[in-house]
Amino acid sequence: MREAVVKVKTTPEQILGTPEEHRADAIEKGKLPIVLAHEVHKWYGNFHVLRGVSLEVFKGEVVVIFGPSGSGKSTFIRTINRLEEYQKGKIIVDGTELSRDIRNIEKIRMETGMVFQQFNLFPHLTVLQNITLAPIQVRKWPKDKAEEVAMQLLKRVGIPDQANKFPGQLSGGQQQRVAIARALAMQPKIMLFDEPTSALDPEMIKEVLDVMVELAESGMTMLVVTHEMGFARAVADRMYFFDQGQIVESGPPEQIFTNPQEDRTKLFLSQILH
Amino acid sequence: MMNREPEQYTTGEVLAPPTERYTVLGWLKKNLFSTWYYTLLTLVTIYILYIVLKPTLIWAFTQAQWQVVVVNLRLFMVGQYPADQVFRIWIALHLLALTAGLAWAIWLPRSRRTGAFLLLIPLALAALPFISSFSRINWILFAVFALAGWGLGTWKPQAMRRPLLALLLAYFPILILLILGVQPILKIVKTNLWGGLLLTMLLAVVGIAVSFPLGILLALGRKSELPIVKFFSIIYIEFIRGVPLVTVLFMAELMLPLFLPPQIVIDNVIRAMAGIILFEAAYMAENVRGGLQAIPTGQYEAAWALGLNGFQTTFFIILPQALRNVIPVLVNQFISLFKDTTLVAIVGLLDLLGIASAVLAQPEFLGKQREVYVFIALIYWVFSYAMSYASRRLEVALGVGER
Repeated sequence: MREAVVKVKTTPEQILGTPEEHRADAIEKGKLPIVLAHEVHKWYGNFHVLRGVSLEVFKGEVVVIFGPSGSGKSTFIRTINRLEEYQKGKIIVDGTELSRDIRNIEKIRMETGMVFQQFNLFPHLTVLQNITLAPIQVRKWPKDKAEEVAMQLLKRVGIPDQANKFPGQLSGGQQQRVAIARALAMQPKIMLFDEPTSALDPEMIKEVLDVMVELAESGMTMLVVTHEMGFARAVADRMYFFDQGQIVESGPPEQIFTNPQEDRTKLFLSQILH
Repeated sequence: MMNREPEQYTTGEVLAPPTERYTVLGWLKKNLFSTWYYTLLTLVTIYILYIVLKPTLIWAFTQAQWQVVVVNLRLFMVGQYPADQVFRIWIALHLLALTAGLAWAIWLPRSRRTGAFLLLIPLALAALPFISSFSRINWILFAVFALAGWGLGTWKPQAMRRPLLALLLAYFPILILLILGVQPILKIVKTNLWGGLLLTMLLAVVGIAVSFPLGILLALGRKSELPIVKFFSIIYIEFIRGVPLVTVLFMAELMLPLFLPPQIVIDNVIRAMAGIILFEAAYMAENVRGGLQAIPTGQYEAAWALGLNGFQTTFFIILPQALRNVIPVLVNQFISLFKDTTLVAIVGLLDLLGIASAVLAQPEFLGKQREVYVFIALIYWVFSYAMSYASRRLEVALGVGER
């Protein structure tokens, strides 16, 4: 098996070595990556799911991760906000190293929003309560402010009239848009999308992708696991191809689509693009 | 008749579902006499009911001597609680009526059923022929207080929310203080004088109110990642589940005093309460755990990803869903707890069943078992049925079973 081919310019030491008062500024200006994964390994029992994944995302970038199922791409994106643990390597998010320290984990989770394949809305709360819960409880905003922000977000994702319904009363596409609004309500610096359209009926995929495209164009830093190649072609700055727990190839969309270097990438693309 | 092609229905056209209307005879025909074997079954059932009910009704209305219940009514209700202090129990009930009236106006403003319960039941009780005029006045007062609470709540629904919550929280301490007494305002009434329905209700209500949160804590403890907490919870639950309630009560009543130094005397009733609470908490924990296990991991992940900490995740996301899922099981346990309080009669407390035995032991009421036991069975049934009815309404209101 060949070593991971993707070269990452930044080392963890470069970020952690920068004094804290300059770190945020350097990340803001794009000199340091806002997300850095360095040689991340993970095992499930004896199964080696992530085999030295290194990847960097700079502020404002839209990065798409794609690859066959079982390649570890979902597992990887879930290590970034510590929904999955990893056993070797380093992940640094917004200048904070992800460690076992619960304070670091909570800090990173506050700055990263996540959208899941299965939406995972809270079925016992209304749409509005789903969105305002975390801002009120975690950010300690007053209820009025949280509700005002929530209503603005619902307008942005196109469903302000559903605010007082329960998730079970909405269509899949509407639920996923609520999930996006819920993640945005915490005003995260990074948005993680874990196959956001895979559980949707075909006619609802577009309404969710439209919201994501609008979000990308507004300058949000996004890390997206998806098979929607149209979306990647339209907004991605960079794409990473995962296979068997490794990054096989990376590059801007034109290069990946028109001139892939690796055989495995070519094969996979030929299977999904007909 | 014209044949209408399906394409002729435009998408905008809304068709009402077919409605069925029955006359009484039509309903009977459809449900009871639709085929020859349904008819046969109906007739056989009616015959069996006739055979069983006829002697029962004849006994209840012509042979039974209900005098035993009427004469001892106060004993059945409050045991040997001093007659001149019974007004304190009424005050507690009136306070409950006020709270319930407020809750009705604020939480269920459109529920006519709640109103009917709160007003008609006390008025019906006031109309009973054999109760004392003091009780009659107090049942009317109960309805008045319920109405007053409703009036207050309807008049200022927003301003009354806080007082309502305060009343709910303070009700327990007030109840205990009222019934036990506070020197020097209210004379202390020793717990050995508490009895009858009063004691049964106290044991059940305190048992439910304390064992429920304790059970939740144990269930969370059993799922905890902290090894000591988890270990303790498992040991506790498995130990208690391996022991019958009677044994726990005997332990509490007879063994505990042997182990405690002689200066420390814990009251009988308190010991029985503690026994019931500790026993029921273990079962409660397993019921709640069943609810916790039904919550998909995605719910935890979504909460964590939003930055909620462990406590917030449990309190706002997991528990509300878990408890909602297990309402039927929990109410089942509440009902069985209510009925299991009769076991305290074995360790010498005079709850409703204990009073029944005491009444039957009096020479003038020898041989009146049927009247007495039918009467207390009726009381247990009314309360148990009320709980199960309330739980069904709650399930509908919370949409259990819909996702």
